[in-house]
Amino acid sequence: MENTLDIIVFWVSAAFAIGGAVMMVWQRNPVASALFLILSLISQAALFVQLDAVFVAALVIIIYAGAIIALFLFVIMLLNLRGESFGGRSEGPGRFVKLGIASLVGAELVYIISMSIIPKLELGLQKAAPMNFGDVKLVAGLLYSKYLYPFELTSILLLVAIVGAVVMAKRDENEKPDADLVE
Amino acid sequence: MSPVGAEHFLIVSALLFVIGVCGVMISRNLIITFMSVELMLNAANLSIITFSRVHADMSGHVIVFLTLTVAAAEAAVGLALIITLYRKRGTIDAAKFNIMKW
Repeated sequence: MENTLDIIVFWVSAAFAIGGAVMMVWQRNPVASALFLILSLISQAALFVQLDAVFVAALVIIIYAGAIIALFLFVIMLLNLRGESFGGRSEGPGRFVKLGIASLVGAELVYIISMSIIPKLELGLQKAAPMNFGDVKLVAGLLYSKYLYPFELTSILLLVAIVGAVVMAKRDENEKPDADLVE
Repeated sequence: MSPVGAEHFLIVSALLFVIGVCGVMISRNLIITFMSVELMLNAANLSIITFSRVHADMSGHVIVFLTLTVAAAEAAVGLALIITLYRKRGTIDAAKFNIMKW
């Protein structure tokens, strides 16, 4: 991408994606966390648009920012958490070990990208994308021909998820709730 | 301004993934831990889309479609688990669930 506007849009959406993600992890309140995750996901959808994946960007907004975050917020409201039961962040010396492990993972990823992948890519985004790249029609064409079996398997996956969620979340008739939960 | 290449997108994706790892590591609220997992899944999607664009091959878009389905199914099952845990124990603090800790 050499167009100045494209470059500005890239840096702004990258900054919002990473900033939103950091704020999501930093917040103690899960509702604020969920809203920052929406910010991060919408910025990531903008990055997808820049990579000519328009259909995927729309899917990310509809499925992630729409359905999944709505489900998260619904569960947060349903649990009605207060004070202690929030959880918060881990404390003590173990926290630094955990952050150290996480930054080790990050250093490895950046090292791998900069050492092995970049020389081979040779700035692959300078070429214009093929005609209609990322179009719904082309994605659907692949989905119903070459990738038909994986696509059909997702229906079984969704069925299993529905059954599993209902079985687990259903209240057992004979079960007695713990004494401290009864108000 | 210097042009934006594929490596910029890959670095953003790596950073998002690492932030997700940090979230899983340090958060004791199960819901925030779970949101971090979703963030890591989407960071992987960003990598896949970048490579798809570089190689001008649309198979990556189909793979991302399938990943989104897995993420949706995972969210439904995981949140059902969290509701069940809260009902049994009255908390979603990950530090309180130490029954299998060695």
